[in-house]
Amino acid sequence: MLQVEAMHKSFGDFAAVYGANLNVERGELVAVIGPNGAGKTTLFNLITGQLRPDKGKIVFKGEEISGLPPYEICKRGIGRSFQIVNIFPRLTVFENVQVAVLSQQRKSSNLFSPAQNLAVEETNRILESVGLSHKAGSIAGSLSHGDQKVLEIAIALGNEPELLILDEPTAGMSPEETTATMELIKQLAEEQGLTILFCEHDMEMVFDIAQSIMVMHHGQTLIQGKPEEVRENKEVQEAYLGLDAAQPNGGEVDA
Amino acid sequence: MVKGLIDSKRLWPVLGIFVILLILPPLHAPRFYIYILSLMFVTSLLAMSLNLTVGYGGMFQFHHCAFYGVGAYTFALMLTKTSLPMWVGFIAGPIAAAVVGLLIGWFCVRLTQLYFGMLQISLGSLIWAIVFRWYNFTGGDDGIHGIPRPSILSSSNNTYYFILLVLVICLAALYTIVKSPFGATLQAIRDNPQRCEAVGINVRRHQLIAIVIATFFAGIAGDLFVVLERSVFPDLLFWTLSLEIFIMCLLGGWFTFAGPMLGAAIIVALRTFVGKYTEYWTLILGVILILLIFFLPEGVMGYLLRISKSASQRISGRSQVDAASRGHA
Repeated sequence: MLQVEAMHKSFGDFAAVYGANLNVERGELVAVIGPNGAGKTTLFNLITGQLRPDKGKIVFKGEEISGLPPYEICKRGIGRSFQIVNIFPRLTVFENVQVAVLSQQRKSSNLFSPAQNLAVEETNRILESVGLSHKAGSIAGSLSHGDQKVLEIAIALGNEPELLILDEPTAGMSPEETTATMELIKQLAEEQGLTILFCEHDMEMVFDIAQSIMVMHHGQTLIQGKPEEVRENKEVQEAYLGLDAAQPNGGEVDA
Repeated sequence: MVKGLIDSKRLWPVLGIFVILLILPPLHAPRFYIYILSLMFVTSLLAMSLNLTVGYGGMFQFHHCAFYGVGAYTFALMLTKTSLPMWVGFIAGPIAAAVVGLLIGWFCVRLTQLYFGMLQISLGSLIWAIVFRWYNFTGGDDGIHGIPRPSILSSSNNTYYFILLVLVICLAALYTIVKSPFGATLQAIRDNPQRCEAVGINVRRHQLIAIVIATFFAGIAGDLFVVLERSVFPDLLFWTLSLEIFIMCLLGGWFTFAGPMLGAAIIVALRTFVGKYTEYWTLILGVILILLIFFLPEGVMGYLLRISKSASQRISGRSQVDAASRGHA
């Protein structure tokens, strides 16, 4: 479904992504892992168009999408959440998701019908599926961090994406919230048949739910394979446990 | 409360009473007050149109009165230089304003925040300079005076009613737009343009449409100014007026629907009544602005809404909040 080939992106002298490859099949739950500063978020930003690649190819459903603006990529069926909470803080939870649903239904430019009567059912269904129904009327900025991260996912679902990209969906969450969110991701993949690409620091979780894992290190792809293959790979063990364990997080570009 | 005026169920009766009150004055009040009220209406529409881009769109629309002036001049020129019926000019005004808005906006939306504002000031000032210097066509710094108007609008009462009618229609249209998916999306862009792009919204195009709509309504305000004053002059496009209407939005409450209207009324009243005693009325405006920043950062209307909301919450307690959230879901 999604192929990323030989992706390169530099910021000044710093090569954030330097030869990344990724393959996502329809219906798969794919994880990208790697130490801080490995280029995971940069890679996601390249896929969804927030950044333009210097070199390389991104093919989605057989069509080259590299360099397109984010809204065009979204319209082709890729939805995403952000690592750092990126919601509409002054709108209500309901309106946050509704904006995405209206965009999906191509109604964003409708000037004359009242928005409060549009896309209500779809929005409520999404809020229910992520467990935020009871907070629909709250102002999004007043939610707890954990709820805001869940709202992130809900907004992404508003576009009915075929491929859902989640950038550290559980960052900053309490252990309980993390478990609940991982359950949610599993459920989205299994029950709704969504293809999901995510990155995550909790290795236990990743090896537990992902069907395919891509390991990044210094902007490069070390390996992509089944969890068992990845676990036994020498290079991966080195990247995580060897020399680099002592390396500081300088060059962190994840934000 | 950040989200606009009280919910629509309560808005319409309030608006109805307001309009009825406004229909009465010509029967009793002296002509001077009728004129001041009319001027308030014209300025209100101008401020409300600006607020679509500033309050709802979060754009630095720094030279909004350029479009007001273009609308007024177009209408005035159509009335004086052509023999077309008045309504043609009346429609041409806002269309010309919107076309200029489209041209200037096309460049502006490619820049962010302050650069957007700076570019708009420069391009708007360019239009002012053209109007100011082009004696043969625009009358230069003299402007155009004694513009003919149809006999039906010759009495000040009729002018008053005509302006009120147009204002009410425009407000209804603006309200519909603000509450539409377009308006909801515009507010989402104001809060977080990056996220909007990621949910499939073409942010620049959306902002440009908002500018065109806002400049269209500014053009209508320009039309009304001509109807009221029967003259146009380059000051209509001068940047200090843009600053003044910006202040109206801030003063009234730029996160509320009706706030700018209130701000416009306050400023017009100040200019008229304080201006009678001193030519330094802007000094008083400055003091008010400083007090505003410290004590009423949400503007007068924002403050009133907060008071009324907390009062009604004290009365009906939690049930109100629950009902509100249910009503939304």
